[in-house]
Amino acid sequence: MKKIINDPANVVAESLRGLAAAHADILRVQYEPDVVIRADAPVAGKVAVISGGGSGHEPLHGGFVGQGMLAAAVPGAVFTSPTPDAVQAAVTATTGEAGALLIVKNYTGDVLNFETAAELAAAEGLEVRSVVIDDDVAVKDSTYTAGRRGVGGTVLLEKITGAAAERGDSLDAVTALAQKVIGQVRSIGVALTAPTVPHAGTPSFDLDENEIEFGIGIHGEPGRERIPAEPADELVARMVEAVVSDLPFASGDRVLLFTNSMGGTPLVELYLAHGIAERLLADRGIVVERRLVGPYITSLEMQGMSLTLLKLDDELTELWDAPVNTAALRWAL
Amino acid sequence: MACTADGVAAAVRAAAAVVAEHRAELIDLDRAIGDGDHGENLNRGFAAVVAALDSAVPDTPGGVLKLVATTLISKVGGAAGPLYGTAFLRASAKLGPAAELDVPALLDALRAGLEGVQARGKAVAGDATMVDALIPAVAAAEKAAGDGGDVAALLTAAADAADTGAESTVDLVPRKGRASYLGERAVGHLDPGARSSALLLRAFAEAAR
Repeated sequence: MKKIINDPANVVAESLRGLAAAHADILRVQYEPDVVIRADAPVAGKVAVISGGGSGHEPLHGGFVGQGMLAAAVPGAVFTSPTPDAVQAAVTATTGEAGALLIVKNYTGDVLNFETAAELAAAEGLEVRSVVIDDDVAVKDSTYTAGRRGVGGTVLLEKITGAAAERGDSLDAVTALAQKVIGQVRSIGVALTAPTVPHAGTPSFDLDENEIEFGIGIHGEPGRERIPAEPADELVARMVEAVVSDLPFASGDRVLLFTNSMGGTPLVELYLAHGIAERLLADRGIVVERRLVGPYITSLEMQGMSLTLLKLDDELTELWDAPVNTAALRWAL
Repeated sequence: MACTADGVAAAVRAAAAVVAEHRAELIDLDRAIGDGDHGENLNRGFAAVVAALDSAVPDTPGGVLKLVATTLISKVGGAAGPLYGTAFLRASAKLGPAAELDVPALLDALRAGLEGVQARGKAVAGDATMVDALIPAVAAAEKAAGDGGDVAALLTAAADAADTGAESTVDLVPRKGRASYLGERAVGHLDPGARSSALLLRAFAEAAR
């Protein structure tokens, strides 16, 4: 393992120090438990949208804290959900009378810790709701699995609910909107290499030079199947088919296409893949109205990418376009 | 065995040492079917438990287990933090303020711990989780109690059964947790949570002898 780190045990805290230094105008960081908080929090009269999860997915979630998006982010250890007291600290620091919405990715550890935190917050008399995002089409959603994972759609969900909170929507309204987004967003991911968790020191799985893991989550956990490496045209077609056939998305649908790097895939390949996906969607009569391309929900240095499609309507498009000022997303200010 | 708070604290320290010793093994087991953090997380939690015990040992066995619970919940994260934390919390609540831990109290605590894990994680027998180690462990402890065994005998029977139960997860298709995403591909792998449960029970049994 070769990484720009000191002691693996201090990676998250040291990284947060850098985040705080780089974006002091947008956010501040509280340590032990670690929480990234919007600089002007709590914002009076507005719902606090709070998210969190294991570290190693940067800019998710700390990079999305700021005006028009998250009130706070709770980073756990690398690839490990944060603990309930850390979530509780985020709620306490940002939540006023308007209440808070917790955005939870459907991973067992995240669900259990946020569930416990929501109980603690309720016991303190705070109005807290939770939504669980499960947009990964690679996993069969049945009683025989933990259900679909929360992956790329999380970024879009955080942006849209954050914008709704910023415009002053009630907790009921923000929660309903979150459920609507969760209902119409779908993702698929692939890995070309495995990431190496600092404290583990060895790659999370073994993948041969000529193999691709199809249908991965965001932790380098193995996926739906292992396929031989293939040209981008074929790989992206396979991914588009998996996502489009799931909801299903149909001709005439207006969508946001999010092409995401898992951390190790450079933009030259990402744009190449995005171009193919746009063409394939156009062939199907699906109208790409908004795009996001870049490394936004990553798995350390893993090479790979994910595609996310969100079905848009006028309201979702307006909320997507609304001003945002965070470390990783910034527009329309 | 002196089943006072000091005795229980000694058993917890022994468990922490076993977790540290098996940290890499648990990471490797988790790497195969999950994300490889189980050994690291559990070790971080138990190291914090030892640090807490170093500064003050609570007065009662229930107090010690409560300290274990709250420390694990606030230090471990992942699925293991809430699951083990809930197990120790429910066990501690069952023990109440009693100054000593006897056979009936131990049985109650083991049952409550298992119920806590199942309430939180919703896993049943055969899902390839820590529950597959804990269900036979509790049953074996009940049988040992029926046979007139003492605390050490109960824990030894529980640890033996947990070992066998953990081994049984090798042949199962996981239906809970991150391993469930792998489905059939996870067959042939020992569940890391079942393994750590068996390790903890073995450490408690050795400490009780």
